[in-house]
Amino acid sequence: MSVMIVDELLGAAEADIQGARDDAGLEQARVRYLGRKGEVTALLKGLGKLAPEERPQAGAAINAAKRRLTALIAERKDQITAERMADALAEEAVDVTLPGRRPGSGGLHPVTQTLARVEDIFTGAGYDVFAGKEVEDDYHNFEALNIPPYHPARSMHDTFYFGNGTLLRTHTSPAQVHVMERQAPPIRVICPGRVYRRESDLSHTPMFHQIEGLVIDQDISFAHLKGTVTEFTRQFFERDLKLRFRPSYFPFTEPSAEVDVQCVHCMGRGCRVCSHTGWLEVMGCGLVHPNALRMSGIDPEAWSGFAFGMGGDRLTMLLHEVNDCRLFFENDLRFLEQFR
Amino acid sequence: MKFSEAWLREWVDPDIDRQALLDQLTMAGLEVEIVEPVAPPLPNVVVARIEACDRHPDAGHLSICQVADGAGGRQVVCGAPNARPGLLTALALPGSELPGGVCVEAAQIRGTASAGMLCSAAELGLGEDAAGIVELDGETCGTALTQALQLDDVSIEIKLTPNRGDCLSLRGLAREIGVLNSLPVRHQQTPPPATGSRAAFPVTLADPAGCPRYLGRVIEGVDLSVPAPLWMRERLRRCGLRSINAVVDVTNYVMLELGQPMHAFDLTALSKRITVRRAGSGETLKMLDGRSISLGAQDLVIADEAGPVAIAGVMGGERSGVQATTADVFLECAWFDPLTVAETARRFGLHTDASHRYERGVDHQLQPKAMDRATALLLQITGGRAGPVEEALVAECLPSAAVVSLRQRRLHQLAGVAMDAAQVDAVLARLDFQLRDRCETEGDGVVWTIAAPSHRFDISIEADLVEEVCRIHGYDNIPDQTPKAALRPRPKPMEQSGERQLKGQLAALGFQEAITYSFVDPARQALLDPGTEALALANPMSADRSVMRTNLLPGLVESLRFNQNRQQRRAQLFELGLCFKASAAPAEPIDQTLLLGGLMWGERFPESWHDKPEAADFFDLKGAVERLLEWAGAPAPKFAPSSDPVLHPGQQAAIVSDGETIGRIGRLHPRVERQLELSSGVLIFEIDGQSALRHPLRRFSEIPNTPRTRRDLALLVDESVSAEQVRETLSKALGNALRELTLFDVYRSKNLDSNGESNKKSLAVGLTFQGASSTLTDQEIGVWMNCAIKALERDLGAQLR
Repeated sequence: MSVMIVDELLGAAEADIQGARDDAGLEQARVRYLGRKGEVTALLKGLGKLAPEERPQAGAAINAAKRRLTALIAERKDQITAERMADALAEEAVDVTLPGRRPGSGGLHPVTQTLARVEDIFTGAGYDVFAGKEVEDDYHNFEALNIPPYHPARSMHDTFYFGNGTLLRTHTSPAQVHVMERQAPPIRVICPGRVYRRESDLSHTPMFHQIEGLVIDQDISFAHLKGTVTEFTRQFFERDLKLRFRPSYFPFTEPSAEVDVQCVHCMGRGCRVCSHTGWLEVMGCGLVHPNALRMSGIDPEAWSGFAFGMGGDRLTMLLHEVNDCRLFFENDLRFLEQFR
Repeated sequence: MKFSEAWLREWVDPDIDRQALLDQLTMAGLEVEIVEPVAPPLPNVVVARIEACDRHPDAGHLSICQVADGAGGRQVVCGAPNARPGLLTALALPGSELPGGVCVEAAQIRGTASAGMLCSAAELGLGEDAAGIVELDGETCGTALTQALQLDDVSIEIKLTPNRGDCLSLRGLAREIGVLNSLPVRHQQTPPPATGSRAAFPVTLADPAGCPRYLGRVIEGVDLSVPAPLWMRERLRRCGLRSINAVVDVTNYVMLELGQPMHAFDLTALSKRITVRRAGSGETLKMLDGRSISLGAQDLVIADEAGPVAIAGVMGGERSGVQATTADVFLECAWFDPLTVAETARRFGLHTDASHRYERGVDHQLQPKAMDRATALLLQITGGRAGPVEEALVAECLPSAAVVSLRQRRLHQLAGVAMDAAQVDAVLARLDFQLRDRCETEGDGVVWTIAAPSHRFDISIEADLVEEVCRIHGYDNIPDQTPKAALRPRPKPMEQSGERQLKGQLAALGFQEAITYSFVDPARQALLDPGTEALALANPMSADRSVMRTNLLPGLVESLRFNQNRQQRRAQLFELGLCFKASAAPAEPIDQTLLLGGLMWGERFPESWHDKPEAADFFDLKGAVERLLEWAGAPAPKFAPSSDPVLHPGQQAAIVSDGETIGRIGRLHPRVERQLELSSGVLIFEIDGQSALRHPLRRFSEIPNTPRTRRDLALLVDESVSAEQVRETLSKALGNALRELTLFDVYRSKNLDSNGESNKKSLAVGLTFQGASSTLTDQEIGVWMNCAIKALERDLGAQLR
């Protein structure tokens, strides 16, 4: 036996190994050459028949061939694994532009989101939240707020009544009265919620949302009111807006003011949203009237306070550029889903 | 309050332009709402005099006028009945375009040349008067009409808050503008008119609290065929009032000018004497607007011997109203109690210019001045002889000037800015506050004591003076500061989640929040909550929003229908809100309960390429509700069969927690769906809001380290056996050894039973066992399984399959 025979065998084996297409084919090749009855094994077994001087060279050649084939088989095995993985991956490829599988999604009403935003800004500054009830008595909605019967200010509030002396609150101020009755100053609270007035037109719905704030402490001043309202408005709109405070009248505050903010759309240049005035009316406010404090058992000489009130729906309209307040209560999914 | 800028500037004329004046009003608390020009541009309309006027030969209603237009003469054909020689009127020159779109050209009218057009007020856009051409007075021919009538004026409408009754007149507005600009106001000086007769009509005050001052005057021999002059009618028009006749126009003019409402009676319709008194019950009055109203004992009336002739401060009666033929009038100028007027006006729904002013307070010192002014104007226009003023007065019943003190320290504290005393002195003086006392004190600084002028009804306490000083000082000149407060941690209850978290949870479960009206249609509500009496509004806006909701279904269902009608294929909505019922407790006559409600309708998932659309069913909603109850930590939640008539009898359950019903779930009864015109398959749930907001503290329990073993059982049971019964039986039999129970198959088939009976079903349950501290052996598990099987056979008649 010569080295030539080994080389021939090696050539054939290499071709078989490279030609194996899968694990089974490769195993077949391994058994054929390196198995117990394999051809390389047979050569090794035949060594003894050689002349002693030939044996070392032939043995080395056969062992080298065996190592070579073992390595080739391992290499081919890795290749086959990689090829099969590649095939499998190619088969599993998807059209990634198909839409994803989505469960139906829900969301919060835009007005709820606004009230939450207002609450967050104020609770962050140490205010409590108290919502109150929606059916009130005349005392809490009017009298305790310094609005006696037949006061002209009652005509500012077109009220829904029940027959028994109760009514639907026309503002969230009665919630403040309840807070003052229950809690001794200092008080810092905001009262969000639904309110009701007998008005229905393009810019009014008979139900809407208000958020009122009340602060009572020692030495609370108009300057504090201005600072708080200004700071809040800028935080809410996240813009460095100009504000103006106009003298106004609410029976439960004195002095009273109406607050205009620079139009958030045109930044005061004048547009449809601000009726070309450059200003948007956003809230009413004032120092709490001494009568209102006294009626709820708070000494106006020892304490003073400020209150402010704004429309939740209106803030939502301004923030999201909604142009019709009636959309808020139709619950059209095509509308609500825009605010998810 | 609507007024003309030109008229205001006659009273006080600050050296600022129109826009600055408007801004000043707004920033003083007199919010400008509408500004509109008083006339359209009329560039080619001039004052002209009719020199001669002849009947048109071919048309009896036309006249041929020779007109002087300042530059020369021209011939104009005119159809107005009042065209006459000597009349000064308005001439539109050829080439001018009038507001109605009429283009004036030189033309032949019925064969006669006409070089222009003589115009009525209506044709010029100056009001409704189309009866004849404009009659001018004292103007020069050729003057542009815009200049002659001050037509470059604007009407300004301001929104007045109820406390500023003092600004419901030109005089009051001028006073305010004067204060803001530190300018004196030019008051009209009206000398008392000469009395030409001694005719008088007696007045008695029977209710001095309601009317402490009443001035009356008889004016005889007025000629009401003459209308008020154009300048007066123009001013009324620019203030939003229509011209009626000279007497009414004059009283309205004085009301606008001075703020004093007046009334004129036809003297011949009055019997014997005027008494100002409360009405007797049963008395009625036919009003000027034609309505007849029944008066009550709280109503203040002006009455003669025959009964009421007017409601004090609100409106006159028809019987004594001034007419075109009236020759003798009785003028009333009085002060009425604001509350009395307000109450009566509100009750009868009579909101008039007079009641609007009396309710807010009329200056109680103004009556003599207003009477003189009205008399002088009336005599000038209608002629006639004025009698003496008859004044009835109970002085002690007039409002007394409020005397109020202002402490400098308090002002500083409330304003948040220091103001020096001289500044305050100046503001108080400019506002006509009468200084009664001014002293320096140790603690309070300067203390001013003032009496409010009789036109201010809104000054009664120190805070009112603080406002006045701040207002005149300018709110914008007060600095912005933030309050200082103690940094005290605030409570955040652990066992209560906020409404916001609850809503967030529902949104995460796929529900969209809705906000629906709290008042609903009574018919819809009766369908959705039969047997519960809804709380009705006494004054609803419409029948379909006239009762308060007793639960959330009416609103949710209405929203669903809205979306169904807009081609939506699915909807999952929820609302959290108060619902209302009458309550038996006298302290809280109305029960206001927080409820959480939701509905699910249509396809389970949004349409997609990977799944066939399938309708959501009871178990889709139940799954969501279970998740919610789990989140809310509702103790021992159960779904018990129920019999709610609104829901499908076979697909509904009461939601029970800790033995207490906290809600319901089910499919709407198909009959109800049909009645509400809903597409079918509407699933709803409702849960008591407080139960959903409860959020018990979670407590850790040891996680066993031992392996879990699962064994499955397939059971054949009667249809009537519920899954809940299986669960209860197993948990009772296995106690703590059973770690988890999964129902993983429900199977129905005719072949289930060897007898071929079909009232059986197969349930497949998976039991997971786990020892608390040691691994359970096969033998131990075998014992438990036997135990379970025995219990199922014994209690439920179950067979192993």
